[in-house]
Amino acid sequence: MENNAFYVALSLLLNFDTALFQIVALSLQVSLLAVLIAAVLGFPLGAAVALWRFPGRGGMIVVLNALMGLPPVVAGLMVYLLLSRAGPLGDWGLLFTPGAMVLAQVVLVLPILAALSRQKVEELLGEYREQFVSLGMSRSRMMPTLLWDARFALLTILLAGFGRASAEVGAVMMVGGNIEGVTRVMTTSIVLETGKGNLPLALGLGIVLLTLVMLINAGVYLVGELTRRRVG
Amino acid sequence: MTSFHVPHLTSSILSPPPALCFDGVTFNHEDKVLLGPCTFTLEGIGPTLVMGPNGAGKSLLLRLAHGLLPPTQGQVTWSGELCPRQAMVFQQPVLLRRSAVANLIHALAVNNVPRRARTKLAHDALERFGLNACSNTPARVLSGGEQQRLALARAWVLSPQVLFLDEPTSALDPAAIKAVEAAVREFHQRGTRIVMTTHDLHQARRLAGDVLFLSGGKVREHTPADVFFDKPVSREAQAFIAGELVE
Repeated sequence: MENNAFYVALSLLLNFDTALFQIVALSLQVSLLAVLIAAVLGFPLGAAVALWRFPGRGGMIVVLNALMGLPPVVAGLMVYLLLSRAGPLGDWGLLFTPGAMVLAQVVLVLPILAALSRQKVEELLGEYREQFVSLGMSRSRMMPTLLWDARFALLTILLAGFGRASAEVGAVMMVGGNIEGVTRVMTTSIVLETGKGNLPLALGLGIVLLTLVMLINAGVYLVGELTRRRVG
Repeated sequence: MTSFHVPHLTSSILSPPPALCFDGVTFNHEDKVLLGPCTFTLEGIGPTLVMGPNGAGKSLLLRLAHGLLPPTQGQVTWSGELCPRQAMVFQQPVLLRRSAVANLIHALAVNNVPRRARTKLAHDALERFGLNACSNTPARVLSGGEQQRLALARAWVLSPQVLFLDEPTSALDPAAIKAVEAAVREFHQRGTRIVMTTHDLHQARRLAGDVLFLSGGKVREHTPADVFFDKPVSREAQAFIAGELVE
């Protein structure tokens, strides 16, 4: 039976099954957009925490590091409360839309990008500081230089964030609602289809998800190798 | 539109640098006096060689002069109204993770040199220091000598009136040392005031106009080079030149 399901899954993939590819496409859209937004906010935030000394900085670093391990269901709950009819952002009407899922994933990924980029930028700053001061650079001028020079590390961090976003299920399930054709993504579909006994579709999605995770890790490895060879 | 002041494009010889004055400068770390009190004035264009044994406070003095560290007591001032344009070359060159030419363009951009002028200035400097063949090579895969020359080229494009060099040749082989010393002479000929630390007596003999000799965190002697090498005044400098081990 399992063998059988595996073949059906493969044929779904090879025949570009519409339902399956719709789910994959939405998953990628939601996670890529979430990672993009998290990067635009998170990298400058991480660099700023590395560059400036302010009261509460130590506490902020601890919180950012702790939030890297934020359980997805807690992130989901927070966004749910925020977006529910009675919540502060209830008027936006985002709950159970892809927008809500993007927001939930941003909450999950942002601390990872900010905390890891803070570490990397601080490390670089330690190396560059005297030269920067010698060149007469202000802290705000140092930020773009540091972010650009950390670009390979940041790419690895970005991929780690994308891995986290595309693999989690709790948050998108809670705020998206797993509505067919609207908010159904790979992870939530796998949960649902397995529960229903529709193993071929679950397995087909599982294969795609696994391949994606493999590709991400290959990307991380290649970026690391390239950096060692090119930039030293 | 405001016009930029671009010294690079207006004159090849730099206006004379103001004098550097140390007035009772000390530097402490956790109640321990590492340097000073120092009082001296550096006039003219040198080159001034700051000499002394390891731990004498040579690098510290350079960092205080360049403004990388604030003095614990006393004042570092320039005789003129304006702080002169300065640059510093470190013992370990600090290069950005990008190509050689991009390192120079970055330094020019930071100093508000208009975009259209940057590329030419950068390539001219690379050529001057014999680096045009590796302008697109990532800076950090260059050899030690090439990296130090790139650091000098980066200082060159900024047209500094004062250039600080902190043991720029201590990690290099003789051929690379020769190239760095030639570069230092080029700066000197352009009118840049050189302040350089070294613990290599031979190098100091080749380059020095005057010598500032430090030991134990104190300035023991500041004399013209010929006086320093022939008839040093202070006991510590006499011992140092005689090849004794000075602390």
